Amino acid sequence: MEEFNSLMQGFSVALTYHNLLFMLVGILLGVLIGVLPGLGGANGVAILLPLTFTMPPTSAIIMLSCIYWGALFGGAITSILFNIPGEPWSVATTFDGHPMAKSGRAGEALTAAFTSSFVGALFAVIMITFLAPLVAKFSLKFGPPEFFAVQLLTFCSFVGLGKGHPAKTISAMMLGFALAAVGLDTVTGTLRMTFGTSELLRGFDFLIAVIGLFGIGEILLTMEEGLAFKGVHARINPRVVLQTWAQLPKFWLTALRATLIGCWMGITPGGATPASFMSYGIAKRFSKTGEKFGTGEIEGVVAPETAAHAAGTSALLPMLTLGIPGSPTAAVLLGGLLIWGLQPGPLLFVEQKEFVWGLIASMYIGNIAGLLIVLTTVPWWAAILRVPFSIIAPVIVVICAIGAYTVHNAMLDVVMMMVFGVVGYLFKKLDYPLAPMVLALVLGDMAESSFRQSMLLSRGEVSIFWSNGLVGSICGLAMLMLFWPVISKVLARMRRGNNELDEARPVE
Amino acid sequence: MHDNEHADEGSRRGVSTKAVEMVVAAIIFGLGLVVVFDSRRVGAGWADDGPQAGYFPFYIGLILCAASAWTLLRAAFSDHAAGGVFVSRKKLRLVMSVFIPSLIYVIAIYFIGIYVSSAVFIGAFMYWHGRFPWIKIIPVSLLVPVSMFLLFEVWFLVPLPKGPLEALIGY
Amino acid sequence: MQHTTVRAVVVATAMLGLSVPAAVMADWEPTKPVEFVVPAGTGGGADQMARFVQGLIAKHNLMKQPMVVVNKSGGAGGEGFLYVKESKGDPHKIVITLSNLFTTPLATGIPFNWKDLTPVSMLALDEFVLWVNADSPYKTAKEYLAAIKAGNDGQFKMAGTGSKQEDQIITVALDKFTGKKFTYVPFKGGGDVAVQLVGGHVNSTVNNPIEAVAHWRAGKLRPLCVFDDKRMPYKEKVTDTMSWHDIPTCKESGVNVDYLMLRGIFMPGGVSADQVNFYVNLFKKMRALPEWSEFMASGAFNQSFMSGKEYADWVQKAEDTHKTLMKDAGFLAK
Repeated sequence: MEEFNSLMQGFSVALTYHNLLFMLVGILLGVLIGVLPGLGGANGVAILLPLTFTMPPTSAIIMLSCIYWGALFGGAITSILFNIPGEPWSVATTFDGHPMAKSGRAGEALTAAFTSSFVGALFAVIMITFLAPLVAKFSLKFGPPEFFAVQLLTFCSFVGLGKGHPAKTISAMMLGFALAAVGLDTVTGTLRMTFGTSELLRGFDFLIAVIGLFGIGEILLTMEEGLAFKGVHARINPRVVLQTWAQLPKFWLTALRATLIGCWMGITPGGATPASFMSYGIAKRFSKTGEKFGTGEIEGVVAPETAAHAAGTSALLPMLTLGIPGSPTAAVLLGGLLIWGLQPGPLLFVEQKEFVWGLIASMYIGNIAGLLIVLTTVPWWAAILRVPFSIIAPVIVVICAIGAYTVHNAMLDVVMMMVFGVVGYLFKKLDYPLAPMVLALVLGDMAESSFRQSMLLSRGEVSIFWSNGLVGSICGLAMLMLFWPVISKVLARMRRGNNELDEARPVE
Repeated sequence: MHDNEHADEGSRRGVSTKAVEMVVAAIIFGLGLVVVFDSRRVGAGWADDGPQAGYFPFYIGLILCAASAWTLLRAAFSDHAAGGVFVSRKKLRLVMSVFIPSLIYVIAIYFIGIYVSSAVFIGAFMYWHGRFPWIKIIPVSLLVPVSMFLLFEVWFLVPLPKGPLEALIGY
Repeated sequence: MQHTTVRAVVVATAMLGLSVPAAVMADWEPTKPVEFVVPAGTGGGADQMARFVQGLIAKHNLMKQPMVVVNKSGGAGGEGFLYVKESKGDPHKIVITLSNLFTTPLATGIPFNWKDLTPVSMLALDEFVLWVNADSPYKTAKEYLAAIKAGNDGQFKMAGTGSKQEDQIITVALDKFTGKKFTYVPFKGGGDVAVQLVGGHVNSTVNNPIEAVAHWRAGKLRPLCVFDDKRMPYKEKVTDTMSWHDIPTCKESGVNVDYLMLRGIFMPGGVSADQVNFYVNLFKKMRALPEWSEFMASGAFNQSFMSGKEYADWVQKAEDTHKTLMKDAGFLAK
């Protein structure tokens, strides 16, 4: 109840005209930032940070965190419309979101994405409101072995999804791992596969690969099919929002699972990107229509979006209570806190009550406001697909180039993007699955360093991965996920066996 | 080859899937070798405090080689697995008509910056592919780079590659 | 030769700057936005300082053109340094450094040396403190090190930022002192390192004050000693009972290890004395602001300031120290 009272007080802080205005500005800017792959949430927050030094900290953090919400919402837009993920965590949204848009259901996909983002974030905020201290304690239990176990789980819940030939799936995945290894090895400080060039020092960023593989690759494929996006003549239906809402409740279980995954990954901090992949993988595994995933299932949009938002929101919790940012954007916000003279850490909740509860209240209001704003823009976004391909295609290439450049401010990355574009085109036509490659590129680095950190801690004993209940059970869960296709077959056979027996009896 | 099965209107001739399949697999195999050799250089063993820097990449490289060799052999010896035309000439021409301008665009960024090249690229693309009249081409091809410029350089202070024109106006 | 003359001019003008009105001095000014390169990722100590500097300069209008922070963190910052090196003669780029100015080229062998850049000024020096978990039995550095000496090689675990960088250099120095080896576990950022210690996954860290202060105040961590030859000057209470000044130096505890990290500004090579001078003055003005003093106090920084030849000499000395330390530790690139 104490939390409830504090929250009400927080609402009175957040709900001034002044702060509401900042919120609105923040969300609009955030959506813009999320839409353009060249501007990440971290950019937006970083650039506006200096401007906020003259505001009271509460107003400033409200505005900045609203940029964060806006960017989370906005990331889905380009993923669905053009197959270009505006933010890393929207990659999994492209798997079903873009096929939906191509078959003329862009409005539906966008509505589903926005609504499930909202649901994910809302649950995460509720968790922050009532469970913050408990959750903070839980996240302290995560050392390198636990991190590795989480990454293993993400991987295991995702692999084996494609229908491609195993040799090709393995090739694609290993290619992802190999690319992830380029650059400085964080554990020993040795340079790997840079061959003496300074351009390769930074390694291959996952976002550049994704922009090339999905964005440019898609344009080349579309071109081959003639000069048009298939969904061009989709009717623009202003009631699409309500119609989509009517379909959504039946995915409550998927959304619940996605929320749990998201909250957990946001806290630990696995991050929003792995959360969205894991959620997509698990949804596909447990859905009745799992085999249709990838062809334009609403459920395939709901799962990653809910998880990404739940994770993105709960990532603010470790920042506030422990001072470790769960994402680059959170990292910049953290810098802001320090400059305002607020010390993130366990005492923030005690010493800066007004600030913390104002922020939490603004999360509720910011999310609701964000949802309303983005939903009103749905028909408008869907209308972009009606622009002739010969205008939109070069603009997409330009946006991709800017997006690739801004990741590291490096021209070579733009060239790499084109190379990845060709790879994306060839792989798609030769049935190499792209998703395992992308996932390996995201997780390869992190998984390897957590593994080796664990090995350092245990002095080379692999047994560290089942040394305590937490790490053991996550690893166990990972194995369960990995062998789920086999297990589910066995289960099905057993059940069928029973049924046959049941049916057999009356005949006797 | 089973060219006849893929009888697109227009041309049936083109690059065979088998050839592309084998070339791609060979390239991946080559990359695998590179990874293996570089990993040996930095040390691919298991030291007493866990795996060395090249340990994981080494095995990744080996698996990469094995998997691509499998694909390569499958493509070489089984017509069934990789039959048909990969892309007909007509389609290839279409794909190249997007890819080559994009490539020129990316190279042009090095010399004249991203804004000028974007304007030219969008304009040229609209002219060749869309057959738009100049009255539509000019506003669109100017508006996009100018709004990008305002957004990135002026408002968000994100520096993008710039050329001589931007230098003239003081950026 | 050219370098020395440039530097001599810088010193001369810098000295004049103290007596001559600023208007006479300001003969060069940036004509376009200034890129402020951070050779580290977002959210780290260097990034925080760079963004703070950017904010302060914008807030007080110290420069007509905007300042843009650009992170180039690839290859332990090597990417950022090479980028600035390649921009020879460009007065619209500055770079903030941390110890990786020395450690990265030494450990990886990338073709870079600080002499490829023009030193502008030192902003501050960052302290290093030896921390343990508050639940551990060690109350002083002496007790902790005695326990290490009594223990086995590799029994005690030290977490730190990056590999073959400042944290590991200090760890190796401690190894030498105790005669026993720490198990050094590298993490990505200082924040993660502190949290690993709070979570009890490692035994100690050498976090910078600003990275660990929140956990200290919350009673989760305990500082044992600071790796400096004198105590930190900040006497205001940080926790209920202690101020930064109350943390003994490691020397007092009989551990003869000291290490400070440079937070300084450099420009590309081949820029004119006027141009260097503009930035020297800019940072002088900035350091006079009350916000800067507050920021320094919150992170318990060592507020040394240098520019010109004094600074260049300091950097040269620091490079020599790093060379020796890293050679002893076996961290040099083969």
